[in-house]
Amino acid sequence: MIALKNVSKWYEDFQALHDCSVAVEKGEVVIFCGPSGSGKSTLIKLINGLEDFQKGDILFKGKSIRDRDVRLPEWRRRIGMVFQHFELFPHLSVLGNLTIAQQKVLKRDAAEAEHKAMALLDRVGLRAHAGKYPSQLSGGQQQRVAIARSLSMDPEVMLFDEPTSALDPEMISEVLAVMVELAQEGMTMLCVTHEMGFARQVADRVVFMDAGTIVETAGAEAFFSAPQSDRARDFLGRLLL
Amino acid sequence: MGYNWNWGVLLQPVATGEGATYLGWILHGLLLTAALTLAAWLLALLVGTAFGILRAWPSRLCDAIGATYVSLFRNVPLIVQFFIWFFVVPEVLPTAIGDWIKSITPSTQVFVVSVLALGFFTGARICEQVRAGIAALPPGQLQAAQALGFRLPQTFRHILLPQCFRRILPPLTSEFLIISKNSAVASTIGLLELSGQARQLVDFTAQPYESFIVVTLAYIGLNIVILRLMEWIQRRIRLPGMMGA
Ligand SMILES: Nc1ncnc2c1ncn2[C@@H]1O[C@H](COP(=O)(O)OP(=O)(O)O)[C@@H](O)[C@H]1O
Ligand SMILES: [Mg+2]
Repeated sequence: MIALKNVSKWYEDFQALHDCSVAVEKGEVVIFCGPSGSGKSTLIKLINGLEDFQKGDILFKGKSIRDRDVRLPEWRRRIGMVFQHFELFPHLSVLGNLTIAQQKVLKRDAAEAEHKAMALLDRVGLRAHAGKYPSQLSGGQQQRVAIARSLSMDPEVMLFDEPTSALDPEMISEVLAVMVELAQEGMTMLCVTHEMGFARQVADRVVFMDAGTIVETAGAEAFFSAPQSDRARDFLGRLLL
Repeated sequence: MGYNWNWGVLLQPVATGEGATYLGWILHGLLLTAALTLAAWLLALLVGTAFGILRAWPSRLCDAIGATYVSLFRNVPLIVQFFIWFFVVPEVLPTAIGDWIKSITPSTQVFVVSVLALGFFTGARICEQVRAGIAALPPGQLQAAQALGFRLPQTFRHILLPQCFRRILPPLTSEFLIISKNSAVASTIGLLELSGQARQLVDFTAQPYESFIVVTLAYIGLNIVILRLMEWIQRRIRLPGMMGA
């Protein structure tokens, strides 16, 4: 479904990614973890073309992002993305957040977009909040709206960049519950997170990154109980403290 | 002081004998100033937004075009810009357009020139406010819109600009107020707006105190109306759950 082939990425003359390769099959859930600054966000952003890269290739269903006939807006539309800081549109109501892209990008009519939006709000348990504005919601609620907003575009893959790390502890589980449900429905997911319980529950694989390289890839259980590399052991040791 | 106050002069018929009173002249001037201010502000908003978008557009060339406009129109004194629009522009345009401009009634011509001069001058300031307003938005807003499949123009139209304008409403209000006062420069090319009428009044009545007191009050009144209008807009676009601006 998604494949990175020997991808290297520089910001000016700082190399943020070194020769990274990952392949994610349809329906797989892959967790990315690693210390801050290791390049996880960069890697996620490359996949939907929010940053460009200098070497290697990125494929989505066998098609290279570098192909001449690739239109980035359409490429991105098919890949959902959830951000650490939600990034809801503050000037639009919850319903507006869920309908605007459906109407402007997918050209759905208002009634159809609204119908879809309400169904998704139902799914994340926020139907009653459709008329509110983002600033009137808790962090956990905002992130659930953000997930619903992504799903409104019928993505084939979902990217998550630390979706719970800006949340108060008591709100993390409500967001993870939505993500677990998505995973169990068979959504292909690439997820940067340090939530080990979540990873153990749904991850097919864990990819451990450090200093812009992919150091280790393993099954969730194997990775958390017996990491192979020193750097991963070190990282997990600090995570548990 | 030997000044002879005579407020009654305002209601006397004008010496040029056109059936108006001196107060009527002032009201006519006020109307012109109000129309000029509103038209120039709307033009400044349009021009400033267009160039502000260029400045915020992720392209060196677009940014350079925007920056050139700003440095041209911000660094030349307003009165010089009036003269350039009035005397130079009709000459350098293709003859057909130039002739057409010269064929318009002079009073319309000076009004249009004044709108253009004030609009483009103030537009350069609004351009920078729009640029800064967009730059101040969290970068995640652009990324979130793009991640949903928005093209860049759609992102500006539906996501960035609506937020930007809410943030820059206070400086836009200031520009509106400033235009109402800068519009007095239009009297130098012969537009009989409020300040022009005041001077005319002094010439005809020799009652400068009354003339300028009334005109001052008219400017203050106009500014209060502008403030009210902007407060009304502010209330209309305020988002639930957000405090202040
Ligand atoms: N826009 C940028 N410009 C320059 N350097 C950047 C930029 N974004 C990220 N970096 C650098 O790239 C490295 C990886 O960043 P990031 O992908 O955000 O890491 P992570 O998400 O794993 O914390 C960091 O050293 C960071 O400072
Ligand atoms: Mg990150």
